[in-house]
Amino acid sequence: MDGIKNKVAIVGMGCSKFGERWDKGVEDLIVEAAFEAFEDAGIGPKDIQAAWVGTVFSGVSAITLSPLQLQYIPMTRVENMCATGSEAMRAASYAVAAGICDVALAVGVEKLKDSGSTGVKGPSIVGDNQDGSSGIGPGYSAPASFAYLATRYFHDFGIKPEEGKRLLAQIAVKNHHNGSLNPKAHFQNELTIDQVVNAPIIAWPLGLYDCCGVSDGASVAVITRADIAKNFRPDPIYIKALQITVGARQGAMMQDYDFTHMEENVRGSKLAYAEAGIKNPRKELSCAEVHDCFSIHEMIVYEDLGFSPRGRAREDIEAGTFTLKGELPVNTDGGLKCFGHPLGASGLRMMYEVYKQLQGKAGPRQVKNPRLGLTHNLGGNAGTGVCSCNIVGNEK
Amino acid sequence: MAGITSIGAYLPIYRLNREEIGKVWGGRGGSGAKAVAGYDEDTVTMAVAAAIDCLNRGGADTDGLLLATTSAPYREKMSAAMMATAVDFKEESQAADFTDSLRAGTAALKAAYDAVKAGSAKSVMVVAADTRLGAAKGALEQTLGDGAAALMIGNDKVIAEIENSYSLFNDFTDIWRTDEDKFPRSAEGRFIDEVGYLPMMQSVIEGLLKKSKLKISDFESIVYYASDARQHAALAKRLKLDKAQVQDPLYADIGNTGTAAVFLMLAAALEKVKANDRILFVGYGDGADAFILRATDEIKKFQKTPVISHQIDGKINITYGQYLTWRGLVPIEASTLPERSAISLQSRWRERKTIMALVGVRCKKCGTPQMNQLGQTVRVCVKCQTKDQFEPYKFSDKKAKLFTYSVDQLMPTLNPPGVNGVVDFEGGGRLIVEFTDCDANKMKVDMPMEMTFRKMFTSRGIHNYFWKAKPVE
Repeated sequence: MDGIKNKVAIVGMGCSKFGERWDKGVEDLIVEAAFEAFEDAGIGPKDIQAAWVGTVFSGVSAITLSPLQLQYIPMTRVENMCATGSEAMRAASYAVAAGICDVALAVGVEKLKDSGSTGVKGPSIVGDNQDGSSGIGPGYSAPASFAYLATRYFHDFGIKPEEGKRLLAQIAVKNHHNGSLNPKAHFQNELTIDQVVNAPIIAWPLGLYDCCGVSDGASVAVITRADIAKNFRPDPIYIKALQITVGARQGAMMQDYDFTHMEENVRGSKLAYAEAGIKNPRKELSCAEVHDCFSIHEMIVYEDLGFSPRGRAREDIEAGTFTLKGELPVNTDGGLKCFGHPLGASGLRMMYEVYKQLQGKAGPRQVKNPRLGLTHNLGGNAGTGVCSCNIVGNEK
Repeated sequence: MAGITSIGAYLPIYRLNREEIGKVWGGRGGSGAKAVAGYDEDTVTMAVAAAIDCLNRGGADTDGLLLATTSAPYREKMSAAMMATAVDFKEESQAADFTDSLRAGTAALKAAYDAVKAGSAKSVMVVAADTRLGAAKGALEQTLGDGAAALMIGNDKVIAEIENSYSLFNDFTDIWRTDEDKFPRSAEGRFIDEVGYLPMMQSVIEGLLKKSKLKISDFESIVYYASDARQHAALAKRLKLDKAQVQDPLYADIGNTGTAAVFLMLAAALEKVKANDRILFVGYGDGADAFILRATDEIKKFQKTPVISHQIDGKINITYGQYLTWRGLVPIEASTLPERSAISLQSRWRERKTIMALVGVRCKKCGTPQMNQLGQTVRVCVKCQTKDQFEPYKFSDKKAKLFTYSVDQLMPTLNPPGVNGVVDFEGGGRLIVEFTDCDANKMKVDMPMEMTFRKMFTSRGIHNYFWKAKPVE
C-alpha cells in the first residue's frame, strides 16, 4: 500500500467569485470555474476523459455538469458533507492513478443562497431531520454544535469565556485580513477584535464573526498523471496525500470523547502525514487551508493537526504563528470565514489557494519559499464527522 | 381492600399572574396566578410527567392506563397509548382515553377501581391532565390552569382505601365546547349554581352518605371540584362544611386544571391526613362521582416526600405575550431559517421505543449503554463492534450531568433563546439534546440534569414528541 503520493498532479484550477451570486445559477458558477481551469491547464472541455462533481444540495447526479457540454464521458456526482469538494478530487485522482483515464475533472459547486433562508438546511447528520426520516431529534443549530467545543475547551483549559472570546476573535481578524487581500472572497473587509467580540451572539459563546458566511461558489481542478503533468504546464502541483476519515458517532454516544478535539481530524491528519511522508507538519508545511466553519474549530484544528501542542493553541494564536507572516500561515485566502461555505465547493476552493501559493501566484498573500501545502475539511459536528485531509507539493 | 397505592402530580414551572392578564386588558386582574404549560408541553407530556412521578413513589407493575382529559392533542388517536409508550408500560396493558367531560377523571377512577375490585386487573393507573384555554379577556382565561395528576389503583400497599362510591349523571349544559370551538363556552353563572352545580353536588354527597350510613362530620377531609373559588366556597356554605374539613382547591395559585383539578386537591389532602382519616372525594361534570376514601397506616411512609406542595409556587413568571405565543393564540413572524423536514411515519414507527421512551441498548458483551441515534438504530456496538448482542436499556429514568452546552439563538423555539448540549448518563451513555425549563444564564458544565418528555413540534397534523434534559431542582 504505497498511497497516492506523486502519482497524480493538478495541472489546472479555477475558482468562481464566492458570494451572494443572486444573478448567477449553478450552471454559471460551474462554467465560470471550469473554463478558468481549462484555460489554466491549456486544454478544452474535449480533453476531459472523466469527471466528478461534488455537491450536497445543488444538483442530483452528474447531469449537474451538463452546462459544460462534456460529450458522453463517465461522470458521477459525489457527496460527503463538507468534504464533498475534496471527495470529488479524490475520486478523480484515484481514477487517474489507477490508469483508467489520463485527464479527469473534479468540480465542486454549491448555491446556498437559492434556499431562501439564512442558514444551511439543518442537522445534516445521516438520518436526522432529513425527508423520510423520523426527524424528531433536537433542533440544535450547526453553530451550537461547534459552540459545544468552545464551552468545553474553555472549561477544561481554564479559560474565562470573555478571554476565550477575545482569543477566538484573533482568528476571525486574521482571516478577514487575508480575505481583504483576495478579490474572489465573499467578504473583503478587515475586522477589529472589538468588532468581533461585540458582535451579536449566534450560539454562545460564538458570535456572528465566529461563524463563516453563507455563499455561492464553485471550484474546479484538472487532474492528470504525474509523469505527463509537465506536458501541460511547467509548474504542476503534485498530490502527496488524500485522506478521508469518517467517524461513527463514537463521540456523540460515548463519554470518553472530550469535546475539546475532533478525533476525525487527528486520525485523518496522521494518515495524510504518513502518506505524504511528513514528520513535522508545523515545520514542513508552507501553508494550510483548514476548516474554519467556526473560529473555535480552527483553533482546535491547530492542535488536532499537530500545528500546536494539545492545549497550547492559545500561545500560538497570541504569537501570530498562523498569520500571513507567521511561522505557518493558515487560511491565507481568508478561509471559510471570508469565502463562506458553499459545501460542495469549499474543499476545491481551499485547494485552489494552496495550488496558487505553491506556484508562487498568490499575489499580496504569497507565503515565502512554499513547498508543501495542506487542505482540510470537517463535515458533521462535534461528536461525529467526516474529515478530509489533503497534502500537495510543488516538487515531485 | 382496593384503593390508591400511589399518587403523583405534575405542575409546569411557569405561572401567569392574573395581574399580568389584567394589565393587558386594562382591567383589574384577579389575585394569584395560573399554572401554564411550557411552550413544549401539552396534556400528554404533563400526563407522562405525573405518571412517572406516581411510579417513582411506589407504583407497581400495572395492567392498565386510563387517561382522562378534555384537551387531548388529537381528536382521533389515543393519548393513553402514546403515554403508555413514553412511560414504557408493558404492551399487554389496557390503555384507554376518558374524555369529553370534566368528570372524565373520576369516571376513569371508578372504572379502574371496579376493574381492580373485580380482579380483572391487579393495578390500574389513572391519569388526569388538562391544558384548557379560556378565550381572551374572559373569566376562563383568568381561572383555567394547566396540570396533571396520576393515581395508582391496586390492592397492595394501599395508602387510601376506596370504601364506597356513588354516581349520578345529569344532562346539564353549564360548560361545553363543540368540535369546532377552541375555547369552552359557559351558561349564565346563577343558572349553573342554582340549577346545576349546587343541587347536583348536594344530591351526590347525600346519596353517598345515605348509602354508606355516614354523616358529613365523619370526614376529616372533603375534596371536591368547582369551576372556581367562588363556586367552591358556595358549596361549602350550602353544605355547612367545617373550614377544617375543606381541602383548598388550589385555584388561587395554579388555577382550575380541569380533569386534573380534583386529583391535585386529593394529592394535597393526602399530604395532610392521618391513618384512618376519611376523605370525601367528589368529581363533577354532567353529573357527579363521589367516593369515600380512608387513609391506611401506609400513608405515613408515603408522606415522607411532598407530592404537590413543593410545586404550588412556580419558578418562572411569564408575560402575557409568552402565553399567547406558546399557545398559538397569535400568529407570529415565520422564521427565515430552513424549515424542518417532514417526518416519516414509517421510520418514526420503527423507532417508537427510542423516540417515545428513550430506550437505547446495552451491549451484552462489553456492557456499554448506548442510545439509539434517531434515524440509526444501534446494530453494532459502538465500543466493541459486536453485532446484535444487545438488551434494551432505558435512559429516560437515568440521572445525567451536563457535559457541554450552547445558548443557541438559531434553534427554532417558541421560548428563545434555545439551549442545548450534551448530557452524560450515570452508568454510561451520552446524548445530544435540547434543554428545557432552564435559565440560559445559569447553565454550567457538570450540573445535574434529568430527562423530561416534551413536545418537539407539530407538522402536517402530526404532534412530535421526544425527550429533553432539564436541570434537577
